[in-house]
Amino acid sequence: MSKVNETEVRAEVREWLAANWDPDMSLVEWRSKLADSGWGMPQWPKEWYGRGLPHALARVVEEELSNVGAVGVAKSGVRLLAAATLLEHGSDLQKKKFLRRILTGEDTWCQFFSEPGSGSDLAGATTRADLNGDYWIVNGQKVWTTSAHHADHGLLLARTDWDAPKHEGLSYFVIDVKQPGVDVQPLKQMNGHASFNQVFFTDAKVPQENLVGRVGEGWKVAMTTLAHERRGADGLASPSKRGARVGRIHAEERAETEKANQPYKWYPQRAGRVDLVIERAKETGANRDPHMRQEIAKLMIMAKSAEWTARRARAAQQQGRPQGPEGSLGKLAASNVARAAAHVHTLITGTEAMLTGSGSPRDGIIAEILVSVPAVSIAGGTDEIQRNIIAERVLDLPKEPRFDTGPFRNVRKN
Amino acid sequence: MGTAEGYDPAVWRQLSEDLALPGIHVPEQYGGAGFGMVELCIVTEELGRALLCAPYFSTAVLAGNAILNSGTEAQKSALLPDLAKGARLATLAVTEPDGNWDPASIEVVATPGVDGYLLEGAKSYVLDGHVADLLIVAARTPKTVGREGLALFTLGAKAGGVERRLLESMDPTRKIARIDFHGAPASLLGNLDDGAKPILRTLDQAAIALANEMVGGAQALLDSAVNYAKLRVQFGRTIGSFQAIKHRLADMLLDVELAKSAAYYAAQAAAMDEPEWPALASLAKAAASETYLQTAIQCIQIHGGIGFTWDNDTHLWFKRAKSSEVFLGQPSYHRELLMQRWGV
Repeated sequence: MSKVNETEVRAEVREWLAANWDPDMSLVEWRSKLADSGWGMPQWPKEWYGRGLPHALARVVEEELSNVGAVGVAKSGVRLLAAATLLEHGSDLQKKKFLRRILTGEDTWCQFFSEPGSGSDLAGATTRADLNGDYWIVNGQKVWTTSAHHADHGLLLARTDWDAPKHEGLSYFVIDVKQPGVDVQPLKQMNGHASFNQVFFTDAKVPQENLVGRVGEGWKVAMTTLAHERRGADGLASPSKRGARVGRIHAEERAETEKANQPYKWYPQRAGRVDLVIERAKETGANRDPHMRQEIAKLMIMAKSAEWTARRARAAQQQGRPQGPEGSLGKLAASNVARAAAHVHTLITGTEAMLTGSGSPRDGIIAEILVSVPAVSIAGGTDEIQRNIIAERVLDLPKEPRFDTGPFRNVRKN
Repeated sequence: MGTAEGYDPAVWRQLSEDLALPGIHVPEQYGGAGFGMVELCIVTEELGRALLCAPYFSTAVLAGNAILNSGTEAQKSALLPDLAKGARLATLAVTEPDGNWDPASIEVVATPGVDGYLLEGAKSYVLDGHVADLLIVAARTPKTVGREGLALFTLGAKAGGVERRLLESMDPTRKIARIDFHGAPASLLGNLDDGAKPILRTLDQAAIALANEMVGGAQALLDSAVNYAKLRVQFGRTIGSFQAIKHRLADMLLDVELAKSAAYYAAQAAAMDEPEWPALASLAKAAASETYLQTAIQCIQIHGGIGFTWDNDTHLWFKRAKSSEVFLGQPSYHRELLMQRWGV
């Protein structure tokens, strides 16, 4: 990246911000400007709401936005996974129909992948889509669907050919969630929260034009979505926002974030809250115990090393290397860190770890860590699946012998 | 490795004369290549990967940095060019027979004499102490305790009152010696003010260089285990197709990558002289120590019976991992140091 380019980009975005940024605009109005100008997703292609800039310069743009306190395009939830997938595999019609409303935040998205009968073995999906006239008719059940209760559109992986081998009989669709054939039910977890749903499809309809990629190519398309999902799980925080945060637009953004995050208030806890460990050790006096000091140091060494490893992976990506299986490394590290953190929090908290709720340490946060951490090593692909990916795609080890080849109709299922 | 010296002088000459590696971090005015910690650590990582037997860590890392950190202009100009050229071997003696790496525990005494100082006491675990031409010794002035009164002293290894004995080391790739000083004449390196500081700085730099050496070795072990898992056939399949082996190897890769990140990050922080780099030295040393040994243990496990034989080279890396684990302070020592340095 030449210095000249960076300077030019900075000047250009500053000038644009000076002419356009106004915190009293409505959120959607502002984000529409970001989408149409390409400054909201500068790394996207010029013809699709971007400016075709390399990642390193996209960060420069983000910095400039942040410097004046400008809100960015909507990025929360599954929407950017949807966008990345559509950019790579979607038709022009789909890009035109969906991408802009993803960025403006007008539409919320969810992902209909996992099923009760196919968790780790995602390609074993048995939700079916049958073509009938101009529509695909969808029947079956999905589970672990984040955000389905307020989503407008879903990324759906469904079986369209039962005689093809497992991975070749799937197709990928965009389905309208708000229709009579889609029934969304919350699913209560062991920590008491309900961040996920189970979703029942009964003759739900998908217009033909919402098929993403070709019939039978659903697995390939889903891999794009998953690769982006794993990368997001590297545990690196987004840069913090600076600048004054007053005005109508910020109030709207806060309300949007609050609504979007409501079911996920426990997400920081499931990652283990390493940030609280040293404070807790000091406030409880655990920092005077040599054994505790060793355990704390072990955890902090792992957490710091994982953070630096994620930064190395991210730096490699910013130098233009394609998204690869190193995302699995970060996700596995995050699981290890979370488990170690729960262990150390228990050591520090001692008998009080038997308590929960507002009367328990840190207003219940510690208890919530302890009962939330088991999610990390399962959600978004179990540790075991991550290890398979690392072993087969990074270390190039041979695959396990398979028992699920041949027509999917004949493969053993749950 | 098999000789009394413990290294091949022809290889050392190549490494010094053709590649100029012993002086890579030494400024050009003292005959070095003018690079810094990051480049020094790239070298140690590669030497660790290759498991090179050479007096590099002693001469370049320990002695070279000790002189850079402590020496006067005149001393640097006099001592460093020969070390940078590889023409003279040197080492740093800090630890004593009690094996403690905290300089506060040093008991060797340097008594001022008519012309310099006289050293009295014993040093042990001195890297390449049996072949070094120049000894740099951490000692204390009479009647001082703790970190007060510490300083570095230099003397030729053939000086009177120096008695050197090669120790029987478990790791054949890294030779260590005990050195007894009976009123041996030595010169002060630098000055007597705050002498503990350059000693600690040298040890922290060495910890980072060793961490990088260890991650190089760990990578070599991982590569070896992966290759073997792809070749070895049991039950009609390569063992690398079993999840029990795959998952172990995936965990090894993760461990090695994490330790590498810590080692690289610490090297960079030291090169930039960032305030928290000494804490990161301890972090990187502890991380790499655990990872190197665990990787060695797992590598032997994946090799099965052949991994436990003398003919299979894995044991050499295992032994290097074991000696590196405790050299410059074992992981628990560095974890405690990390907690102190972070103010916990």
